[in-house]
Amino acid sequence: MTEAMPAFSLLHPETLDDALLALSTTPESRALAGGTDLIVNMRRGLVEAPKLVSLARVPELKRFETTENGLVLGAGVMLADIADSTLVREYYPALAEAAETVAGHTHRQVATLGGNLCQDTRCLYYNQSHWWRKSNDFCLKYRGEICHVAPRGKRCRAAYCGDLAPALMVHDAELTLAGPEGTRQLKLAEFFNEDGAQANRLKPQEIIVSVLLRAPRGKSAYGKIRQRGAIDFPLAGVAVLADCRKQQTTFTIALTGTNSCPILLNDLPPLGGPAEADGYFDALSKTVQKSVSPQRTTTIAAHYRRLSVAALAARLARQLWEEGQP
Amino acid sequence: MKRILDLKINGAACEDAVADNMLLIDYLRDQKGLTGTKQGCDGGECGACTVLVDGKPRLACVTLAHDCAGAEIETIEGQSRNGRLSALQRAFHENLGAQCGFCTPGMIMAAEALLRRNPDPDDDAIKRALGGNLCRCTGYIKIIRSVRAAAAMLARDAA
Ligand SMILES: Cc1cc2nc3c(=O)[nH]c(=O)nc-3n(C[C@H](O)[C@H](O)[C@H](O)COP(=O)(O)OP(=O)(O)OC[C@H]3O[C@@H](n4cnc5c(N)ncnc54)[C@H](O)[C@@H]3O)c2cc1C
Ligand code: SF4
Ligand code: FES
Ligand code: FES
Repeated sequence: MTEAMPAFSLLHPETLDDALLALSTTPESRALAGGTDLIVNMRRGLVEAPKLVSLARVPELKRFETTENGLVLGAGVMLADIADSTLVREYYPALAEAAETVAGHTHRQVATLGGNLCQDTRCLYYNQSHWWRKSNDFCLKYRGEICHVAPRGKRCRAAYCGDLAPALMVHDAELTLAGPEGTRQLKLAEFFNEDGAQANRLKPQEIIVSVLLRAPRGKSAYGKIRQRGAIDFPLAGVAVLADCRKQQTTFTIALTGTNSCPILLNDLPPLGGPAEADGYFDALSKTVQKSVSPQRTTTIAAHYRRLSVAALAARLARQLWEEGQP
Repeated sequence: MKRILDLKINGAACEDAVADNMLLIDYLRDQKGLTGTKQGCDGGECGACTVLVDGKPRLACVTLAHDCAGAEIETIEGQSRNGRLSALQRAFHENLGAQCGFCTPGMIMAAEALLRRNPDPDDDAIKRALGGNLCRCTGYIKIIRSVRAAAAMLARDAA
């Protein structure tokens, strides 16, 4: 039998209220969605929880509908359904492309939007079995004293590797959260922390209910660099939105895989006309290089990830701009 | 804590006392003796444990057994009928889609889900559907060929 599966009780509430109640009555309980991140981490002894509250049977989390404010996606919507949606493909292409590149086909049948946004950060010294980490004296993030990536550092620098966050951020997505203190709205761009040990700002026992996408302000695209083409976390991922109006194009860029949280660049100078283009995209690439700080958290050199994320951002931006030219 | 779990495995109704923290793979292998489903990694990375839950492929190693309450589970043991191999099993055998055979149950179950959805998949569709299933032996070419051969067999049988 599989070793190291800790003991816990499992609940299957059938309404949002019951799910919130189940979470709030046990402070260390955890929400469980598709389990493709959480169960793996529990098997490796990285997460202990006395109670798991499955969100799989909560209908309020399955919404997938257009409202007067925009498209509402419940936190429990499967990545396969996002990737296959003609609506998402047409209006939020970066999101469909990002969902399509998460893990493998089988994972995407159960992996959810909420689980993707809240997935744990990743590091070569952390995503390992118990005996592997023990023989290396564990690390700062969990059970250990020092960080093996930045030994003099005081915080964990594990990389946030979710693919969906940047795609949603360039489309200015807004979250609806619910917890013991009630319901609140938060821009996705304000949801994350630059801290590998606590990458998001969910309050204790709070969950994501849904994500709102307003009418798109331009065309978007997502690209990702990974070691294995078929199934892998991003070494770096880039979402770009291009808002082309008359002579000017404004770009919004969001990045994942390079820092402990996704990075949003939403105050980039606009691109004027074609004569400026070459210089503009060179400068854009430099700006992206300066905005990221990849660490030695994967087997691939940090410097390579910095250069490649910048090159990918400039390439995607150029592609969208060229498509928007008359 | 153990609770009663009701589900169907390969068409047969089952009712068992199962702990809340038991993984589907351990329930199938250790409690039901269905050792055809393999564990090839320490969680979610190899696809060897792929089974069907209500017709969809699912990794039994990252699925809790109680998450499947009321569901229909299909494993590699349900492929052959009355001693006759399924089209996928025959195709993998005849096209050398299996070498050591460790990845084969997961490959066949993932391919089964694909063929039900898309009876005539091209190579790209096969690669996508089996993208999460690793094989250390065959180099994949023969696996892709096996899935195509099974699709052809099924089309012939249906005609
Ligand atoms: C081999 C492999 C490859 C992978 N590749 C990628 C990849 O390329 N890109 C990528 O982004 N991810 C990847 N993943 C990670 C994972 O599959 C995805 O992030 C997936 O979307 C997680 O969703 P889930 O529903 O399975 O989450 P779960 O595992 O159920 O949950 C993950 C976390 O989110 C929390 N959570 C879940 N739902 C909510 C909610 N509604 N509100 C608050 N918290 C919630 C859980 O408590 C848990 O902490 C990979 C995983 C594996 C095993
Ligand atoms: S960055 Fe440092 S503290 Fe964080 S997981 Fe890696 S080794 Fe541990
Ligand atoms: S054993 Fe389930 S994916 Fe490897
Ligand atoms: S046949 Fe040996 S792993 Fe695939």
